[in-house]
Amino acid sequence: MQKLLVPAPSDDKRWRMVTATMRRHGYRRDALIEALHSAQEAFGYLDSQSLQYVARSLNLPLSQVYGVATFYSFFTLKPPGEHTCVICLGTACYIKGAGEIIASIQDHFDLKPGQTTPDDRASLLTARCLGTCGLAPSGVFDGEVVGNLTPENVAERLEEWLDHAG
Amino acid sequence: MLAEDLHRMAAHERAQQLQYDHHIIVCSGTACRSANSEAVRQALEQQVQERSQIGVCTVTNGGCRGLCAAGPMVSVEPAGLLYQGVTPADAGAIVDSLGSAPVPHILCDTSAAFFSKQRALVLEFAGNLDPDRIESYLANGGYDTLLKAVTEMTPTQIRDEIVRSGLRGRGGAGYSTGLKWNTVAKAQSAEKYVICNGDEGDPGAFMNRSEMEDYPFRILEGMTIAAYAVGAQQGYIYVRAEYPLAVSRLKGAIRQSEKLGLLGNGIFGTSFNFNVDIRLGAGAFVCGEETALIASVEGKRGNPRPRPPYPAEHGLWGHPTLINNVETFANIVPIIRNGSEWFAGIGTAKSKGTKVFALSGRIQNTGLVEIPMGMTLREIIYDIGGGIPGGRHFKAVQTGGPSGGCITAQHLDLPMDYEALMQVGTFMGSGGMIVMDDSSCMVDVARYFMEFCMTESCGKCIPCRVGTAQMFDLLDKITRGEATLDDLALLEELADMVRNTSLCGLGQGAPNPVRSTLRYFRDEYLSHIVDKVCPAGVCKMQHREEVLP
Repeated sequence: MQKLLVPAPSDDKRWRMVTATMRRHGYRRDALIEALHSAQEAFGYLDSQSLQYVARSLNLPLSQVYGVATFYSFFTLKPPGEHTCVICLGTACYIKGAGEIIASIQDHFDLKPGQTTPDDRASLLTARCLGTCGLAPSGVFDGEVVGNLTPENVAERLEEWLDHAG
Repeated sequence: MLAEDLHRMAAHERAQQLQYDHHIIVCSGTACRSANSEAVRQALEQQVQERSQIGVCTVTNGGCRGLCAAGPMVSVEPAGLLYQGVTPADAGAIVDSLGSAPVPHILCDTSAAFFSKQRALVLEFAGNLDPDRIESYLANGGYDTLLKAVTEMTPTQIRDEIVRSGLRGRGGAGYSTGLKWNTVAKAQSAEKYVICNGDEGDPGAFMNRSEMEDYPFRILEGMTIAAYAVGAQQGYIYVRAEYPLAVSRLKGAIRQSEKLGLLGNGIFGTSFNFNVDIRLGAGAFVCGEETALIASVEGKRGNPRPRPPYPAEHGLWGHPTLINNVETFANIVPIIRNGSEWFAGIGTAKSKGTKVFALSGRIQNTGLVEIPMGMTLREIIYDIGGGIPGGRHFKAVQTGGPSGGCITAQHLDLPMDYEALMQVGTFMGSGGMIVMDDSSCMVDVARYFMEFCMTESCGKCIPCRVGTAQMFDLLDKITRGEATLDDLALLEELADMVRNTSLCGLGQGAPNPVRSTLRYFRDEYLSHIVDKVCPAGVCKMQHREEVLP
């Protein structure tokens, strides 16, 4: 029996990426995580519209989609800031002072892990391990892996982002 | 593709390579990339052009050299030179030096213990292959072993070879790979699956990342041989989404292998079919546990389930499933190619072959090293690792990640194998080795790992969900200097309870760092509790006057 395809929520071209991923997997239910990955890649986060679209397309209860989206820490239900700074809290980075970097960001910018500045300019996130332990402490600034971080050079980068807001 | 095509392509690529007098290889692994190796490669290409060396010298991407902290690494073949910390400004000097004396200020001494004491097997190509081109792999004997396996050997012969080799799972637990393969092969089912576990979640471990980034074809070839040996038609590689480069390399490798018919239907003209898909992890440590991983591949929350039944009998969608670590699959090709006796000749009585370790923390040479099983910790730390920087003293090495334990100075001469590590209260783990010196507080380290397990607990079983939170609170209290000796007793009791009653490896292993640090560094716990002092000066103690009633 041919199932009716669920139309995308809007004309936004980014939905095509999500649809393409689900189609590639034949709208199988086990494509859920892959579909959420491409929705997050397209929109930067998962809003209720994305969750509903994926749930209907894969014929899954919304509760299950929400359950998966909240189980995995890689998925975020909140829009990120314009810039994102991820500080690695892996063991090697921790031993080499990543905790102090987080503390100094908190002191200087009033920004805790998981938060975004009030002007939506920058978000601070933490990672479990980036696998770049050779460069510890390391982080990712707007997708670029940067090693040998110090509270000073992190502050410099953040200030640059926040100043340019101005 | 048939045997003749394979040999023709390999010969063609080798002939292409021989046209050049010099071959410059720039590391394109994650660590070197973040040290700007892309710009170095572009500068080198430009210099080759400007100095009209085109046709004489070629510049390509390569894989990891191991010395990640000294990147970007550049090597020159066939001269066998290795440069470290190369900047785009050095490009001209490197190209000028071709065929004459090397550039001295960036030259890396490859006769140093870091290189000479290693035994490369998984990393045998030493980063010389271009991970984006299957031709580069074919020219170095790639897929010859698969050809031999599917045309000259029966599945039983292959499994016997793996059993005889003594290979044990490189994900950490060390179960015999051959026995696992036999279980899957003997299970009765029309559908079987092979899964490559690339969910390297242990903080401080990056061996699998590097292996997937540098040798994606080698892993695919190993998986394909495994599928032939156990009778599977479909494979999945489960990779962390945090490893974007590994994901794109693997995707490229699958695409190229499919194009040449090395994956798909009728491989090498036989009736053997095998396809591989990638499944992205999404940041859940528990998915390294095999039943949780299976749930995640099925698109569900990564909740583990009780074993038995083991995935080898009842796995993905209820079918027999072979799950091996990335490095286990990377070992298959050399074993089948060189024979089980050769492999069994490396290592110790019960632990065969080599192990790749990721050295990091307070150590001079941070990076990736491959050693024969049985090498002592002292050799790894002081010879290969170059010792502890800054004139500080070695205190302990943490292995096995959040479920592992520490090895102290008294065990520096311990040979690294599965059993020896177990005896001192830790385990091999996937290969993360974090070195700590006297500036690290062991209670703080235990607290760090407990926080990790508490956050990563999936919440399905109560001992793990509640127990890790309670243990974390107690450890936090100790590092704040507010704990009593009763709290310590409670911590030990909880550690036993959580270990014995949790559902999966995450909970069962979570108390290990506490137990291990208590075993070797009880005095540090006592100074926090009784004297309210952190000997390493890491913990900020809340000094409070005792208020008498």
